[in-house]
Amino acid sequence: MIYAIASGKGGTGKTTLTASLASMWDRPVTAVDLDVEEPNLHLFLHPEITSEEPALMEIPVLDAERCTLCGLCAEFCQFKALSVMGKTLLLFPEMCHGCGGCLALCPEKALTPGGRELGHILSGNAGSLGFLMGRLRVGEAMSPPLMRQVKLRFNMNTNKDTGNGTGKGPAEETDILIDAPPGVSCPAVNAVMDADCIVLVTEPTPFGLHDFRLAIEAFRPLGKPMGAFINRAGIGDAGVQDYCAAEGVPIWAEIPFSRAVAEAYSKGQVVCQAVPELGGVFTTLMGSMRAAATAARAKRMEVAHA
Amino acid sequence: MREIVVISGKGGTGKTSITAAFAHLAENAILCDLDVDAPDLHLLLDPVTEEIHDFRSGHEAVIDQAMCIACGLCADMCRFGAIEKRIDGYHVDSLRCEGCKVCVRFCPTEAVDFNEKLCGRWFASGTRFGPMIHAQLFPGEENSGRLVALLKKQTRERAAAQGRSLILCDGAPGIGCPVISSLSGAGQAVIVTEPTPSGRHDMERVAELCAHFRIPVAILINKFDLNLQNSADIERHCRAKGHTFLGVLPHDDVVVRAMMLGKSVTELPETAFSEALRMVWEQIIQLPASRQNNINTLKA
Repeated sequence: MIYAIASGKGGTGKTTLTASLASMWDRPVTAVDLDVEEPNLHLFLHPEITSEEPALMEIPVLDAERCTLCGLCAEFCQFKALSVMGKTLLLFPEMCHGCGGCLALCPEKALTPGGRELGHILSGNAGSLGFLMGRLRVGEAMSPPLMRQVKLRFNMNTNKDTGNGTGKGPAEETDILIDAPPGVSCPAVNAVMDADCIVLVTEPTPFGLHDFRLAIEAFRPLGKPMGAFINRAGIGDAGVQDYCAAEGVPIWAEIPFSRAVAEAYSKGQVVCQAVPELGGVFTTLMGSMRAAATAARAKRMEVAHA
Repeated sequence: MREIVVISGKGGTGKTSITAAFAHLAENAILCDLDVDAPDLHLLLDPVTEEIHDFRSGHEAVIDQAMCIACGLCADMCRFGAIEKRIDGYHVDSLRCEGCKVCVRFCPTEAVDFNEKLCGRWFASGTRFGPMIHAQLFPGEENSGRLVALLKKQTRERAAAQGRSLILCDGAPGIGCPVISSLSGAGQAVIVTEPTPSGRHDMERVAELCAHFRIPVAILINKFDLNLQNSADIERHCRAKGHTFLGVLPHDDVVVRAMMLGKSVTELPETAFSEALRMVWEQIIQLPASRQNNINTLKA
């Protein structure tokens, strides 16, 4: 099963929660940091990194000898990554989305595949826990292409059709816990779109509520089970609880605000270990996540076989 | 005219609450919320919207089932896994579609339509602290960098027309396209961090991004008293890197209280937090107004 830990608002406790869940998960599990712009999970799990590889995106490279300046590529490119200026074809590699259209179009084969470094993919383990993360190169604007490559590492099929005829994804053996980036736009949707279940982390403040509503709106069309995790309960008001009740979003767990939790976090400690009395909260949450994901998968199988 | 962008790398360090207080303290400023994905500044500034505009950007492929011969070429060529084969034929998954037009161009029966997308709305509003330009990208949409660039252009034009001396922007978390776009041409980045491993790690990455674009960096630590050792380390690091160190703010429930009232913290009775914040603002306006950077606006 694949579980995504997401939130509209940043800093609500996604990483804290992912680290706690990962450290107490009672099945084989890999923790995956898909917040590739600002990955933090490793700061809490302290994995031993066994592999670090650059991730490249295919972009065109020009053989000027062959180019006849016909301009087909520049006219086609939706991202203005190629442009004919006078007697040269200019390439703007940082604008390229890697669609491959120009490579397929060029009648002279003057464009050949090259690579732009998106960042790095790191993997390793922390004890029995598997670990995987993407780290975007500073200056690189596009995070979804790197996220897609990280997802391929745990064999998550981005074409949805797993093709093995069982209806079961290849990630069946090991559970996956995804630490998603904040927000509700394309990077956040990319992080949660292949999950079996989404945990939405929020805090009971006006900012928390506002961004939580945006997240519900963004993720609801994916048709996945979602539940709320309310962090820092007791600050602010009951707006998030009221909204959850009105929208039928289950509240799977709450953690009251405590300075002890905030200070443990500031020391890089995993909260469920630093504050053991919270262990029960995470166990309950794990049960709710598993039940929701299992029910949703069973329902999908039923539909598929109907 | 000076342009200040408040960013953080890590989310939830207090950017928006701090920007709202700066908006209160600033004189003759125009405000701009560049976190178009999950904007919150309007919750504190209660803007009265004067203009509403559509934001259209990019296209989305749609397969016309009547024309499709199910050859599967589009699915083979799509680099984004956006073409799905279902029982009733091939379909484009709009969430995965990047709008690259490859399927449209190579379809042998011209069965793929290419529709312009309405991605969000942007607003020109008035607030008790001055005019404000802001937006809402529709949930799940892309092209946030383009929307940020559009907001900045609008804000700059209006600032010039109205003779404003300051543009104050609330930025987005992260270091990706909206943040790069919000830094483009800015005169000063103010980074709000916190004394946690994540806060420091993310601050270092976003500061590196600013250096990459040659934007001067000034740093303040929020909730410094959560971990005095980390705060001291961050301050030392900032000075070693040649960033301006603006000071520290304590962890204070006044931030949430102000949020509940829809006010900036400086509008509430004075606390240690607001006092420290006023001193930080005094420092910011004393910073030398740096040259405008000549950065090509990234449209990514």
